[in-house]
Amino acid sequence: MILTRRQALALSAGAAAFVATGLRSGPVLADPAAAEKRIMEFTGGKTPEAGKITLTAPEIAENGNTVPVSVSVDSAMSGDDMVDSVLIVAEGNPNPAVATFHFTAFSGAATAGTRMRLAKTQKVIAIAKMSDGSVFMDQKEVKVTIGGCGG
Amino acid sequence: MASAPKPRIKVPKTAKAGEVIVIKTLISHKMETGLAKDSDGNPIPREIINKFTCEFNGQPVYSTDLEPAISANPFFEFNAKVNESGTFKFTWVDDDGSIYEAEQDIVVE
Repeated sequence: MILTRRQALALSAGAAAFVATGLRSGPVLADPAAAEKRIMEFTGGKTPEAGKITLTAPEIAENGNTVPVSVSVDSAMSGDDMVDSVLIVAEGNPNPAVATFHFTAFSGAATAGTRMRLAKTQKVIAIAKMSDGSVFMDQKEVKVTIGGCGG
Repeated sequence: MASAPKPRIKVPKTAKAGEVIVIKTLISHKMETGLAKDSDGNPIPREIINKFTCEFNGQPVYSTDLEPAISANPFFEFNAKVNESGTFKFTWVDDDGSIYEAEQDIVVE
């Protein structure tokens, strides 16, 4: 059998895709209760109120391996009006915590962005902890076409 | 790691005193979650960058605790308020104990 260059390329691409799928079949232990527990650990048992924080994430993420996410908290970032930290939680991931951002007076503004992995379509939650101990949250439903870890 | 992680940072070269600037950082790292398996079905051990910090003239500006849910080649975008010229120092801490560092100067006019 003689392969043309085109066929050979198609075959190797197919093989690579197959291997990649195989690699991704890890355990998926999504657990909203674990997410809830992680949030309570962060807030010290307080239930977050809505407002102050804005979570930005795409409505539909084509690739769950890199989903851009950013948060912005309405705060002067000086004196008593400071944001201590922001926790990002993805409810449907095997391990719900995504990242914790810590701000200081030198941050100037309480905004931060990163890229995260999402295993499947799920709710992403951001919780801001202010320096006076009050907590605020925002959430977004993100549809994931291709899961990022075990999908 | 196959190759040493390479940090890339984007900081404005100059700023006005008191200006809030945007900093972007990226480091090459595969951020192995510990959930994936290799071709023989054996779990690949977790190896991620678990901490990122940014300091300005020795003062902490911003830091992040990373979990396996952060994408490969972790990217961060954040703000910093600059009042004087100085040096930003960026540090990434790997699960295996390695520390990757980068520095960038800024001139305040």
